[in-house]
Amino acid sequence: MILDLIEFLRHRLKRVIQVCCVILALLVGFDAFLLDKGKAHTAAENMWGFWALFGFVSCVVIIFVSKWFGKLGITRREDYYDQ
Amino acid sequence: MINNLWLHPGLILLAGALLLPLVKGRLFRPYLLLVPLLAFGAVLQMPQGMFGVFPFLEWDLTFGRVDRLSLVFAYIMTLMCIIGTLYGMHVDNPFETAAAWIYVAGSLGVIFAGDFLVLFLFWEVMAFSSVFLVWFRGRPESVWAGFRYLLVHAAGGMVLLAGIVLLYHATGDLGFHQLDVTRPTLPIYLILAGFILNAAVPPLHAWLPDAYGEATVSGAVFMCAFTTKTAVYALARGFAGMEILIPLGVVMALYGVVYAVLENDARRLLAYHIISQVGYMVAGVGIGTELAINGACAHAFAHILYKGLLFMGVGSVLYMTGKSRFTDLGGLYSKMPRAFVFTLIGGLSISAFPLFSGFVSKSMIVAAGFDDHLYWAAFLLTLASAGTFLHTGLKVPYFIWFGKNNCTKDTWEKAEDPPVHMQLAMGIAAFLCIFIGVYTPYLYDMLPYAVAYAPYTAYHVTESLQILLFTALGFFIFLKKLTPEPVISLDLDWFYRMGGRVFKLGSQKGMDYLSTRAQQYLGEALPRRLNTFSQSAPARLSLLLIRPLWYLTGVTVKGQEGVEKRFTETFNRSLFSIGSMAVFTIIMLMVLLFFIS
Repeated sequence: MILDLIEFLRHRLKRVIQVCCVILALLVGFDAFLLDKGKAHTAAENMWGFWALFGFVSCVVIIFVSKWFGKLGITRREDYYDQ
Repeated sequence: MINNLWLHPGLILLAGALLLPLVKGRLFRPYLLLVPLLAFGAVLQMPQGMFGVFPFLEWDLTFGRVDRLSLVFAYIMTLMCIIGTLYGMHVDNPFETAAAWIYVAGSLGVIFAGDFLVLFLFWEVMAFSSVFLVWFRGRPESVWAGFRYLLVHAAGGMVLLAGIVLLYHATGDLGFHQLDVTRPTLPIYLILAGFILNAAVPPLHAWLPDAYGEATVSGAVFMCAFTTKTAVYALARGFAGMEILIPLGVVMALYGVVYAVLENDARRLLAYHIISQVGYMVAGVGIGTELAINGACAHAFAHILYKGLLFMGVGSVLYMTGKSRFTDLGGLYSKMPRAFVFTLIGGLSISAFPLFSGFVSKSMIVAAGFDDHLYWAAFLLTLASAGTFLHTGLKVPYFIWFGKNNCTKDTWEKAEDPPVHMQLAMGIAAFLCIFIGVYTPYLYDMLPYAVAYAPYTAYHVTESLQILLFTALGFFIFLKKLTPEPVISLDLDWFYRMGGRVFKLGSQKGMDYLSTRAQQYLGEALPRRLNTFSQSAPARLSLLLIRPLWYLTGVTVKGQEGVEKRFTETFNRSLFSIGSMAVFTIIMLMVLLFFIS
């Protein structure tokens, strides 16, 4: 059953991606027009799509900062400790 | 430990572990389930109060302080013991399960300890029993990782003991209560250091990925649940509101995320995410409000289940294929679909997806941060949660079950869903992860303080979904950047793994350098100079004194015919005329007279 579902989705990958993009757009749309922002903690959150931007930027920052950090000499060959 | 008909659940596990090697045949597997079930039952019917108090020398040792804080930890730990034991039913070595039970008994001993002496006793039981869960993997790397684990924890234990002894010396009280965190003294800092070593706070954290990555398949499931969470309990009991824990917790949350990007081994990646997740709890304890302490406890509860589930899912891949590195795996969804679904549920729970357990627990801590106007902490913790989804929710499932298929023919043939008992254990944990996320009173009613927090508001759900789904967007855009590479990343364990080598190399090179220089200066240059000095010094000194006299008498001093040349030659040949000796002696006497008078 699980396998059938995965195969079903994989065969329609393009459609799955389109649906995901629509979901992202709807989410930001909901945030911009319908959501009551009375529970926001800071003023910046009143900007529409604030948390979407925060999530995306966080993701990019984490990937690039970590890769940069790794290149400072932190990542080594797997047999480093055996030499 | 039976006092007023109170039975310590740790005692049940301890007795069960001692009898375990004697149980053989058809009784073995039912017995494996019976013992942790009895321990769980003992916690379920436990009344609150002080039990198991024994006079020892001049102290009253308390083995059973039962209140809401200790009960919620004891509940989840004995429950996890059932799940972990069920998961490890395939293990034929009774000593491995016995070590795991003694380890859980140690944790429960700490949880119910009413004073520092009992706490320290069980603290050490934990370290010395859990190390066997690493050693029983049997690889040479595991043996060394085990020794490193033991050394670090033994050192941490000594620091804790030093703190306890000094605290007793200063206050005369051994009771384990909230300490004075507003004016911390040396003993309090030492106890804190002992606790945060077990909570894996950087820079005292490197033992965790080192040991957990090398533990046995079921051993890692136990280890990921108990040591750090016992430390969180101890911090919540003694250090609530200690402000330094807030930055430390935030650093932990981010540190684990950064290393998870670089990690190629799935179990080490999960281990780094333990550091990250425990960071939330440590920060929660540091904030110290009722909401924050509730959040720390709730997150520890949820964490034990979803992290156990993740270690079970990835462990089942290791168990079936013998591989845990992303560069040896990939594309396994058609071979191990159930393990995939269970791991995904664990991944969604740790990422705090709505309707999963992390959503209702992690958000309490972040909300407590916002409520306390600690915006930097709250925003950084939210940033770390994007990283959690990026790795545990996306990277782990994607690169094991999808992505590029790196499996060898042998790995591919061995891969299939794990035995039924493992699936059952994962199923129970997965069910609880969702149940906690859907039906919040189950967890909230167990927490130390009354809960007025509601996680399912439109704002909070939209906020979380935006963060998570746009993180996923970033993941798929930068998928190539995240492709695993066959590398390891150096961490602070480098200092004690390579420290010996550096010392040896340093002493070799250092000694070589020292001996060459000693030869150069002490053996050659210094004697040469001394020689020159002793040869020419008397002449020069005398010249210094006699030259003014020559100038006064008007003789030629410099040049080929000058007196200076003759004088020096006389000195070099050591041929002194009586006249010059007399003049020299008189001059020296006058100088002496001048200085004496």
